[in-house]
Amino acid sequence: MSEPILKLEGIETDIGRYHILSGVDLEMPRGQVTMLLGRNGVGKTTTLRSVIGHWRAKSGRILFDGQDITRMPTPAIARMGLGFVPEDMGIFSDLTVEENMTLAAASGPLSPKRRDRIFAAFPPLATFWRAPAGTLSGGQKQMLSIARAMAEERRLYLIDEPTKGLAPAIVSTMAAALRELKREGASILLVEQNFAVARALGDRAAVMEGGRIVWTGAMAELATDAKLQSRLLGLSVEGV
Amino acid sequence: MSVQSEGAPAHRPTFAALSARDKLAKSAPFLLLPVLALVGLALIGTWPTWLTLTVSGLAMGMMIFVMASGLTLVFGLMDVINFGHGAFISVGAFVGISVLAGLGDWTGAASLALNIGAVLAAVIAAMAVTGALGWGFERVLVRPVYGAHLRQILVTVGGLIVIEQMIHVVWGPDEIFLTRPEMLKGVTLFAGAAVETYRLLAVVVGLVLFVAMRMVLRRTKIGLIVRAGVQNGEMVEALGYRLRLVFVGTFVAGSALAGLGGVMWGLYQEVITAGMGEEMMILVFVVVIIGGLGSVEGAFIGALLVGLLQNYVAFLAPKLALVSNIGLMTAILMWRPEGMLPVVRAK
Repeated sequence: MSEPILKLEGIETDIGRYHILSGVDLEMPRGQVTMLLGRNGVGKTTTLRSVIGHWRAKSGRILFDGQDITRMPTPAIARMGLGFVPEDMGIFSDLTVEENMTLAAASGPLSPKRRDRIFAAFPPLATFWRAPAGTLSGGQKQMLSIARAMAEERRLYLIDEPTKGLAPAIVSTMAAALRELKREGASILLVEQNFAVARALGDRAAVMEGGRIVWTGAMAELATDAKLQSRLLGLSVEGV
Repeated sequence: MSVQSEGAPAHRPTFAALSARDKLAKSAPFLLLPVLALVGLALIGTWPTWLTLTVSGLAMGMMIFVMASGLTLVFGLMDVINFGHGAFISVGAFVGISVLAGLGDWTGAASLALNIGAVLAAVIAAMAVTGALGWGFERVLVRPVYGAHLRQILVTVGGLIVIEQMIHVVWGPDEIFLTRPEMLKGVTLFAGAAVETYRLLAVVVGLVLFVAMRMVLRRTKIGLIVRAGVQNGEMVEALGYRLRLVFVGTFVAGSALAGLGGVMWGLYQEVITAGMGEEMMILVFVVVIIGGLGSVEGAFIGALLVGLLQNYVAFLAPKLALVSNIGLMTAILMWRPEGMLPVVRAK
């Protein structure tokens, strides 16, 4: 197998006085969707934020496509081709949808081809193209947040809970868009609490517990093993 | 722009129409200005007096806006409270007035072209010096105290005092009186009232600057980065932009604008002192606060409100003039605690 697109070696991250990550090891194969799973508060968001550099890992190494990015400034990491969709979506609400997308295409104007692709995946963004992003509904904001990550060719996507708090119809729009990305061969690290979505999209799964990764394997394996799910995720088995 | 919605779906959702009340709430800050002007007219009674006061209020407001615009963006972008901003106003005034004094032949000539040329040279020199000073100030004093408000206040007040004292060292301890260039001295008859020519010029300069600033903020990518950065700096960095560089650029531009404001204010008062910037900072902070932190439009409306109110009140009830601005701030904050057009959510 080729070199992993993302490799974490013993990442430890503190937030203030709190020790959040205590040695995260992860290898993410290229061109696949890796699901980062686990209960609330086990460090999934912190892991993503440590990769993009919003929080600095105290120790350990982060390799993005073979290059050490552990101490690199956030903008430089982003410019290497990393699309980030934060948990709070990070929408610039006083800017229009169009302006949000213009900023997202950091290396040049948004290509018409990409724009059409984004409009096809998320039709409301075309409708509200000139509207302030703050006036969008929660689901539309989430669409914009993912669309921003798709504004340019990226080598890796980090997506934090894209279906959180969304209506079922919008969840399926979101899942369809992510499936489309996946079909094109994108490498995605996806935090997702909705197990049905995780099962549908994931190639691999990594389960976190107490600030480290306690299980990695094929998503299919986790999806079919109810005992494993209940042990790792505390799922009430047939509930999803 | 060629961006069209070819890919738009067939359905066309529309925005629910805003109720009259919502519309009013949105545009209320913009309506305050004409309302204040009309109330002023009703109380003052005579047209020429009102017009003279209004132009001088607008001129004063424009100059305060020039000084305040940089400060509000600096706060919005990096959450930095810079009390040293006033030093750039004073330094700008001293540098600009010195250049004007050196160009005595130009300022004394009864030629508008030569006069304007001299003022332009003074403004460019003042902005170059205060811009450079701002760069050094950010690097040496502000950078080590990011994220620590109390230390920012202490360090930048310290910087303000040092720079003020340096003005004493270079230009001596006394205030400097000056006269405006020949063609900017007199009055112009304007719509039936005698208005000081210089005030009209100040209004025009302020207006041009505001429009230019808005264009930069709305139409250029740098402007987009600044506006986005005021709302969510972390995300701007995650999209690959070096916010630090943009911030330093904004800090330098804001310092240079403070320098420009200093020259304009010096020419307006016809006297400059090392402490003038510090005195102006009270009004500048009032304007930044009532406008809404991080908002250039808010600072613009706020500055004009302050200028108009101060001039009307000084005419109608001179004793109240000193408290009018603080009164205005109190009233606006009771109405909108985050300022008229807040961009930065309370942190």
